[in-house]
Amino acid sequence: MTTFLTAGLGLKPQHFDAALDCGSAGLWFEVHPENYMVAGGPRLAWLEAIRGKHPISLHGVALSLAADTEPDAAHLRRLAELARRVEPALVSEHLAWSTWRGAYHPDLLPFPRSTEALARIADNIARTQDALQRRIAIENPSHYLKLNGHDWSETDFLRELARRSGCGLLLDVNNVHVSAHNMVYSAADYIDAFPGDAVMEIHLAGHSQDPNLGAALLVDSHDAPVAPAVWALYERLVRRIGARPTLIERDDNLPAFDLLLAERDRAAAVLQESLAEVA
Amino acid sequence: MIAPGALSRFQDDFAHALIAVDEAPLPAMAALVRQPAFAVYRNTVAKACIDALQANYPAVNRLVGDEWMRAAAAVYARNTLPGLPMLLGYGADFADFLAHFEPAAELPYLPGVARLDRCWTEAHVAATEDRLSPASIAQLAEGNFYRMRLQPHAAARWVWCAEAPVWTIWSRNRTDAEDEIDIDWRAEGALLTRPRDTVIWRALDQAGCAFLDSCAAGGTIAEATQAALDVDRNTDLSRLITTLLDAGAFSSIRSEEQ
Repeated sequence: MTTFLTAGLGLKPQHFDAALDCGSAGLWFEVHPENYMVAGGPRLAWLEAIRGKHPISLHGVALSLAADTEPDAAHLRRLAELARRVEPALVSEHLAWSTWRGAYHPDLLPFPRSTEALARIADNIARTQDALQRRIAIENPSHYLKLNGHDWSETDFLRELARRSGCGLLLDVNNVHVSAHNMVYSAADYIDAFPGDAVMEIHLAGHSQDPNLGAALLVDSHDAPVAPAVWALYERLVRRIGARPTLIERDDNLPAFDLLLAERDRAAAVLQESLAEVA
Repeated sequence: MIAPGALSRFQDDFAHALIAVDEAPLPAMAALVRQPAFAVYRNTVAKACIDALQANYPAVNRLVGDEWMRAAAAVYARNTLPGLPMLLGYGADFADFLAHFEPAAELPYLPGVARLDRCWTEAHVAATEDRLSPASIAQLAEGNFYRMRLQPHAAARWVWCAEAPVWTIWSRNRTDAEDEIDIDWRAEGALLTRPRDTVIWRALDQAGCAFLDSCAAGGTIAEATQAALDVDRNTDLSRLITTLLDAGAFSSIRSEEQ
């Protein structure tokens, strides 16, 4: 069965009951699979209860696809087992690394976009897709550091990854806004250059100013509503590439479920408008 | 043109720079570490580890307060990054760390409390399986009973602490309850089980812990009974086994041949 996803919400444990009761048409939820890689018990039972009512997307943070080594076989098995259990509508990961030589660094770490890195990551994505027997989407990261050694622009790098591995892309519009501000380039140009055909999912989230550096550095903190500038970029993107499954991410400073649902409805309205124009 | 292997070298150097806060950066990393934004990565990694330990050890946190807990967690995290990305399992040896952590020397009950927090997490995520009901034991012929073996439930965890009343301290601090009654300073043990979806807990004496240790090691009920009597020859075995069955401490019973 193919489900067409419209706008969804990141699922937090505090909102489980409200999420379970919510009958909003087309609503779907996204979770980090690492939080559900357990042998049994209430966590899996919660997720399966939600899955009984809504489509689920698995958005991994720990496959470490940009590490200069193959993805951890045990972690891939855990992900495949969870995917078998919840039959997700989407599976995604990040263009970043986190696990390196047996230590997990709980962050999405940067790397130089070299041709060497491109070959390694394309191979890692292919291995992941083979293990899961499905296409995955790769997300553009937020940038804070000026790195040397880039052979590729990020949009070209992602386009080439999709071409070589057959993967899809997850375009995080807030990450584009944050990175463009921090690295001083045009967010609109980035959005316009992004390979639209490959986009399987869009993320929207809030950001904040770094507590020490202030407005000089924006942080992808997921602790605030989606900013007006990010909504504008999102509308620009959807006008160009059409409707794609769109997720509101919120991880900190959690508001009531209804407030998140209102943001989700705003994204759904943008998608609806785009579909109406096509029809 | 970057030489092959450059990505590995970059990741070695970057991972080191994340942790080596007090060292001068390696030459290859100096230009990155000098940027104020490098702190975003250092802070994110440290905060995620500290947040995870604070969430995984709530009774310890309630006893020592947020500031002390986060400072201790920061020291732990600097030496022990997570080995796996499932942060619910992070800090498996935090109790041992606390036992040797100089600022915790005045709090001899803290490692035991940490052990019980860890037991709670292990019980919470353990495999789902049915518990052995008290009724299924009642049907067994007494002659065979002592030659059979009780299999501890996947979610059952028990701890005996000779140093401190950790059961009382832990159970009072696992919830928000205010309890002013004085604590009787004595050795204590605890049993945590998950008969359905929720982890429950109760006090367990040393004989009960010895009984479960023997069952977990594959001993027959006769051997487990002997282990309990060796600890306390006045143990009421019928009452002990009923208590354990009621708590959901076992998943099955099997005869010696099986």
